[in-house]
Order: sequence, then structure tokens, then C-alpha cells
Amino acid sequence: MRTVFKTSYDADINLFRHRAQAGWYALLALLAGLLPWLVNVFWLGEATNMLIWAIAGMGLMVLVGQTGQASLGHAAFLAVGCYANVLYQQKLGLPFILSFPLGGLTAALAGVLVAIPTARLHGLYLAIATLAISILVDDLIVLSAPLTNGVQGLYAPPISIFGLTIDRYGNPYLFYWVVLVVAVLVVLLYRNILRTPLGRAFAAVRDSEVSAKAMGVNVAKAKAVSFGISAGITGLAGALMGHFAGIFNNETFNLLISIQLLLMIVIGGLGSIHGAFFGAIVVAILPQAIALARDAVTGALGVSSIAIPGLETAIFGAILIVFILFEPAGIYGRWVKIRTYFELFPFYRRDMFRRQRSYLRTERMR
Amino acid sequence: MTALLELEEVTLRFGGVTAVDKVSFSVEEGEVFALVGPNGAGKSTLFNLVSRFYDPAEGDIRFRGESILKRAPHEIARLGIARTFQNIELFEQATVLQNLLVGRQRHRRGNLVSEMLFTPFVRAEERRHREAVEKVIDFLDLQAHREQYIAGLPYGVRKVVELGRALAIEPTLLLLDEPASGLSVEETQDVAFWIEDIKTQMGITVLMVEHDMHLVASVCDRVLALADGKMLALGTPREVQGHPRVIEAYIGAHGRSKVMA
Repeated sequence: MRTVFKTSYDADINLFRHRAQAGWYALLALLAGLLPWLVNVFWLGEATNMLIWAIAGMGLMVLVGQTGQASLGHAAFLAVGCYANVLYQQKLGLPFILSFPLGGLTAALAGVLVAIPTARLHGLYLAIATLAISILVDDLIVLSAPLTNGVQGLYAPPISIFGLTIDRYGNPYLFYWVVLVVAVLVVLLYRNILRTPLGRAFAAVRDSEVSAKAMGVNVAKAKAVSFGISAGITGLAGALMGHFAGIFNNETFNLLISIQLLLMIVIGGLGSIHGAFFGAIVVAILPQAIALARDAVTGALGVSSIAIPGLETAIFGAILIVFILFEPAGIYGRWVKIRTYFELFPFYRRDMFRRQRSYLRTERMR
Repeated sequence: MTALLELEEVTLRFGGVTAVDKVSFSVEEGEVFALVGPNGAGKSTLFNLVSRFYDPAEGDIRFRGESILKRAPHEIARLGIARTFQNIELFEQATVLQNLLVGRQRHRRGNLVSEMLFTPFVRAEERRHREAVEKVIDFLDLQAHREQYIAGLPYGVRKVVELGRALAIEPTLLLLDEPASGLSVEETQDVAFWIEDIKTQMGITVLMVEHDMHLVASVCDRVLALADGKMLALGTPREVQGHPRVIEAYIGAHGRSKVMA
């Protein structure tokens, strides 16, 4: 186990705990940057898809993991970001470099608008309210057909940055790098939120609203800001999803996507950036893994290919149940435990991560 | 001596129950003022009124001569009033350090954009907050627990962390809701010393609710006894302990009691 000898407060403020950690992340960044030379086009597309899901996951994580507000309607913000980005390009003729951040901002604004009336809702009630908003956005897209082309959907034009045309099929490498850069920027933004008063205000609202108030945190404002940042990041992911899919309509961002997003961050590990990425890997790899397994099974049995409808959802649900039963802290939680085991070897105790029962809390005052 | 906090004829009703009935008192700058009384006397309710969690039906609450009834709950800390809770209300999924840093919200000067970009100004602010928090950690001897999560801490330490979080606000008025409840004799003694130092060294005025009459008698300048939301007696700890109405409220009979001694 590495002992970090801290000689200044900056040791706790900096992004990395020590040089070795910074080195590992630099290596990861290098690998991610060189991925187009390491894998074929198919797996590069899967990696791109994974990164987009990870961005969306980080968006939802800000709200659920950091601020403790449940949302079952984040597909709505994916949709807002996606439609806003493409419409800014098509109707206003804005270039991608402007329409993309503006799409995110539009989604952020939508998030704040949702947060204002729902500021007083908690837990299940908030989840139901956001669920309703998700359905509402679906309907709105259909109703405003002149703008959104209704159920026929829209085509996302190829991205053009300073004359360079980036198309998912034309040059997947460039598209992958665009997504990678966005993902890295979002990670940095997220880390900055965590190490400033903003992130601590979120944590305060998550753990005890009454106490947060007594500490001078404007709870309603913190929730609105959290919703805004969360929806904004999710909107960016939505915009990328639009370009990745090429064509989209109201069905692209249906309720199942919202639920999948929420399950994804629970499986990955609530409250951590790693969790969003681990969850995204599961979501992105699962369909391919199932396909490969099916091919192997049918090949071994010597029968023609069989397709079981709903298999993916079923397996996803089963994985979730396994995690909630055996590892509520998600993949990241399990990873931390394994790492601690080896760091402290042979002094790891079984109950090291067992949570103590919390004491009586003043629930009557919210 | 000037009045820092004044309550004037404050009344609060929950349905048909009058929890606080025309309570008036003022806390002078620099003193330690205690509220005592049997369970359900309205002590904690008074705290929640000052914290603006409840709206009084009648009366006025003034801080530095200015009514705080128009203020939102989160503005109270910004005025310089910090509080602890009877049933510890810490941020469980955060470390001791992070909990104390939340107390610095009042002194937050960066805005949303500068914080998200982590500008050099925000970094300088973070160092400043950390320094202030380290002073509190030193004062309360919390060094050993700095990086520990609240969820894994024993009760006694949590109690101290709550006090520390309130001190990190750098308040002018500190409200302590039963600072010694559930603590051992030694821990209670520590709390007594700390309150003494908070008063003399930091110059913070303290208003506290406490059942431990030894602690009250040793650190408090004045005591207000309450029962059923009504004021019984106001004066020095000795005067209040010997007051016939206080004795009656506690044991329902005349004569000096051992309970109150």
C-alpha cells in the first residue's frame, strides 16, 4: 500500500493522489487515443457507443449519485439534446462546434425547468414526476411534427468541424476521437464539481436536507443546479447519440432508455465516475456478448441460428438483481474491495466495508 | 453588553398544541445561555424557530436588532448563526473533512462557472477553506478521523464532528442542541472545556439546550427554564435550580430536589 506523504493542502485538492496514479490515467488516455489502431472498425463503433453511454451515465450520476435525486426520465434530456443539436444545425445553419454545446445548454435549461416544480418532491414521487416528463417529451416530439418531423424522425447530418467532415461510417476514427474528447472534458468537469463547494453542497442535499439548510445551502437552488448540470451532460450525450445513430425519432429515446440508464449507473456503482464507465461497458458489451454466445451455442448444437426476443432485457435485469443482492455498491464498489484486499494483504478484514446502522435521524423535518 | 438574539412573545402551535407559548428572552453578546426543561418543554422547537424551520404564529425573533422572520432557512447560517442537532445530522456518505468543509458554504465566493472550470481563484479559495477547517480539527483534536467516513464513526466522535461543522461556519452565535447527550463523563468534560474556549477564545456566543445540570452549572452564565412551552424562570444556574416553579415542573412537589442539584 502506498503511503502518500502530504506536504500541502494541494495534495488533497489536486486531481490525482500521487504521480503513479496520474501515470496510470495517462496510460489509459494514451490507450484510448490509440484505440483506432488497436481494434477493427466494428469494435471501434462499440467503443464509441460505450463512451456515449458513459457520458449519459455521468450526467445521470451527478443527479442520482451526487445529489441523491432519483430520475426515471433522463431519456427526455437525451432527446432534448439530440433534437436541439440537429435542429440548430438544420434550421439555423449553425456549425456543430456551436450547435453541440448549445444543444447541451438547451437540455440544461430543460433540466432546470423540470427542477423548479419538482424541488419539493422526494424519492419515489420525484421518480414518478420525471417519468411523466419523459412521456411528455415523447408526446411533444410527435406533436411538434413541423419542427421535429414527428414519428418519421430526423437525419443527423455529418459533423463538420472547420471544414473537416466527420461521419460515423465515413471516418469512424475521427468520430471516435470527438466522442473521446467530449468524454474526457465531461470527466474533468465532473471532477471539478466534486472538489468544490458546489459538489459538497450536492452531497449535503443528498445526505441530509435539514442539515444542509442549517449549513447555509439553498436546497432548492442546489437541486435546480444539479438537475441543470445533469440534464446538460445528458443532452451532450444525446446529441452524440443522434450523430451516432444517424437517424432518430421519438422512439429512439423511449422510457426503456431512461430505465436502462438508471440501471446502468446502479450496476456500475452509484456516486463515482468510474461507475458510469463500468456501467456503460456492461450496456455496450452485453448485446455483443449475447450474440457471440448465441453463435457459439447454435454452432455447437449444429442448429440454425435462433433468436429469443427480449433476451437482452432479461439478462440485463438478471444482472441487476444479482448486483442489488450481492454488491449494492456496484462494479466499482467490488473493484475497490478487491484493490483494498491486495493493498492491505494479509490484513484485510471481511467486515471492512460493512456499513454501520445509521442512527436515528430527524426525518420529520425535510 | 448588547442583545445578540432576541425573542419577543414567540408563540408556535401545532394544531391544538401550543408548543411554545409567548416566550421572550434575549441572549447577550459573549454569554453562554442555556435552555433547560423536561421533555416536550419546547427547547428544541425554539431552536428550530431560530433556524427558521418553523414559522412562529406570533411574536418576533431578532438577530442583531433585525427581524429574521423574513429570511429563508439557508440564510440563517449566512447571518452567522450555526447549529447542531439533537439526533446527529451529519452527511453520512462523506468524510469528516468533507463534512467540515460543507460548513464553509457560507464563505463560498466562487460562482458556478469558475468552480466547474476550477480556476486558480477557486483553488486559492479551497486552500483558504481547508486552512480554516484545519484550525477546527486542531481545536477539537479530530486529526485521527480526518479522512474517515461518518458512517463508520462511533457516536462520541460524531457528536464532536457536528460541533466542528458548526464551528467551521465561523458563527457569531452557536446553537448547541444537547451537546453532551449520550456522552461519557470524560467526553462531557471535554465539551465543557470546549464551550468555555469557544466563549473566551473565539468570542462566540452560545445558546444551548442541555439536560446535564452539572454541565449547565459549570459553563452557563444564564439559564432559562421551560415547561410545556411556557417560561418558568430566568437567571443564573443557581437561581433557576432553586426556583420553586422549576422544582415543581420536574418533580411535581415542593422542596429542593436531588434531581436538580
